[in-house]
Amino acid sequence: MNKITIGIPKALLYYKYKDLWISFFENLGCEIIISPNTNKQILEDGIKFSMDESCLAMKIYMGHVYYLIDKCDYILVPRLKCIKKHEKLCTNFSALYDLIHNVFDKNLIHYNLDVDKKEDELYAFTTMGLSLGFSYRKIISAYKEAKEKEKLLNERRISKQKSLIASSNKIKILLAGHPYNLYDEYIGKQIERILEKSNIDIIYSDNYDQKYLETEVKQIAPHNYWTYNKEIIASIVHYQDVVDGIILVTSFPCGPDSLSNEMILRSVKIPITNLVMDEADANTGLLTRVESFIDILEERRKQK
Amino acid sequence: MKPERIISFPHLGDYYIPIKFLLNKLTKLKVIESPPITKKTIELGSKYSPDFVCVPFKYNLGNFIETLENGANVLIQAGGGCRYGYYSEVQEKILKDLGYHFEFYTLVNSNRITPRSFYQTLKKIDPKISTFKMIYYSFLTILMIRYMDNIDDFIRKNIGFETKKNSFLDLKKEMLDSYTKCKGYLSLTKRYFYYKKRFKQLEINKPKDCLKVGIIGELYTSMEPFSSYFLEKELASMNIEIKRFTNVSYLLYQKSLQRRKNLRYIEKYCKYTIGADGMDNIYRAKYLIDQGYDGIIHIKPFGCTPEIGAIPIIRKVCQDGKMPIIYFSFDSQTSETGIKTRLEAFYDMLQIRKG
Repeated sequence: MNKITIGIPKALLYYKYKDLWISFFENLGCEIIISPNTNKQILEDGIKFSMDESCLAMKIYMGHVYYLIDKCDYILVPRLKCIKKHEKLCTNFSALYDLIHNVFDKNLIHYNLDVDKKEDELYAFTTMGLSLGFSYRKIISAYKEAKEKEKLLNERRISKQKSLIASSNKIKILLAGHPYNLYDEYIGKQIERILEKSNIDIIYSDNYDQKYLETEVKQIAPHNYWTYNKEIIASIVHYQDVVDGIILVTSFPCGPDSLSNEMILRSVKIPITNLVMDEADANTGLLTRVESFIDILEERRKQK
Repeated sequence: MKPERIISFPHLGDYYIPIKFLLNKLTKLKVIESPPITKKTIELGSKYSPDFVCVPFKYNLGNFIETLENGANVLIQAGGGCRYGYYSEVQEKILKDLGYHFEFYTLVNSNRITPRSFYQTLKKIDPKISTFKMIYYSFLTILMIRYMDNIDDFIRKNIGFETKKNSFLDLKKEMLDSYTKCKGYLSLTKRYFYYKKRFKQLEINKPKDCLKVGIIGELYTSMEPFSSYFLEKELASMNIEIKRFTNVSYLLYQKSLQRRKNLRYIEKYCKYTIGADGMDNIYRAKYLIDQGYDGIIHIKPFGCTPEIGAIPIIRKVCQDGKMPIIYFSFDSQTSETGIKTRLEAFYDMLQIRKG
């Protein structure tokens, strides 16, 4: 029997669940194709296939799906409505499945998470595995293994960042935003490269231990209900005492961010800047803004 | 002595009338409605709003600022839905930072409107409200909203063909005035049937094969005429019959009842719901095609995420059904002339198609 090949677009939720997804399909013995880092071609394809008003991360996602379209049997397009009880996600994530299905007409895997309707992660993985033709036992053991691996890798990342904070004496900047913005070649990496050139330690908002999430969110935005935005807010509260400044990375025009950023900007006491990224190519403006922000931080350091 | 508490709320079409009615009956507080929306409202709102938040936020914030200037000190925001549910916290923060003093209440703090959360919030506003009164008048208000929506549906169908100018709007004004004076279910229902009869007696000159257009899209721009630059009025002046789905009674109870049925109707296109009114609008597009309408107008504020998710699917539905559709995206600075020009071109196209 031929191995099933599964394409995973390297955008949006890939950055959040990559360990889980990749090791799950590896455990099942599927072949995985992951689209390359975002490049100019992918971005252009994405813009061609999406509405001009959708957010940059979404446009990039469309480009990645288009890249994968004739390279694999199935594409993993998750549909996430709710991943924690009484909380919500951006509606883009719940529209994603039907959207891709209508635009590209390609075999997709059903991966549906809706905790409010009692469809949790295990349920989603089981239905996904069953639709591919695997047995219950194999699916559940693969899922458990993958989950453990994800936990391990996550802990490793967090402890690595902790030791960086403890050991280094350089200027530290918290890069806060959705993982799909922070790690994307066209969004976060641009900022990252500028920061690295200026010899600055970068702390990422997603490497964060969610133990005290609820209490930390309450300090800034008690009624926020977007799960991913809550994580960003909590990590800002968590790290604001140990970093020199915060850069908020947003893709234009992100719905939840437009409101939750306003709360952050109005509540945080240390230097903070909000960089809104769109598909414009020139990054001179970005360079100027980041460099002047770094100058401010350096001056503040000297005065202490 | 404490200053007098004055309660106020943002605008949404004509619905300030039933809301004011409800608050007047329930609480002892003085109720004032926000000043009517003007260019100044939206200017004030956009000045203090985040950059790329959707337009309803700006309108609501403008309403709040103007009503605070008029002396209100207790504000109510509804909440629920997509981004709308989080408006209240951000607006409260912005207004407090501007230096206003007020109490702020949100009817829904979590995801859904439940009778319980509604009850608790009203109790917080005025602890002396009796539970019986609350239930009695809440249902009366819901009934009033339903009667209003029914009449509105009738008006939308016929207003383009009135022979005497403004006859519909004048009668509607009279009806709304009379609704506020009603005392109970019986008197409300009597008034409803009386005015329904009178609306039917109004003279119209309606050809059998008139153009029929459906309006779908985001809820605030659908229901607040100012935010869509009086799109419906414009359509009526072109002698077009209008069908619009979104109204408050739809949002209050019909939506959740129809969800499963609607999803089955469009199973070819959609497997899941999209959030907010996304799936409903895809259903409506399909429904309008099947009912033989001539065109669809889709309206939304700029950056409305659920609608952006739904539009590619709506586009496909309309392609398959060979249905002309036009998309309007409203922001605080949309030019009125631009909308008019596009609408006229769309109208010409529909007429040529009709032959």
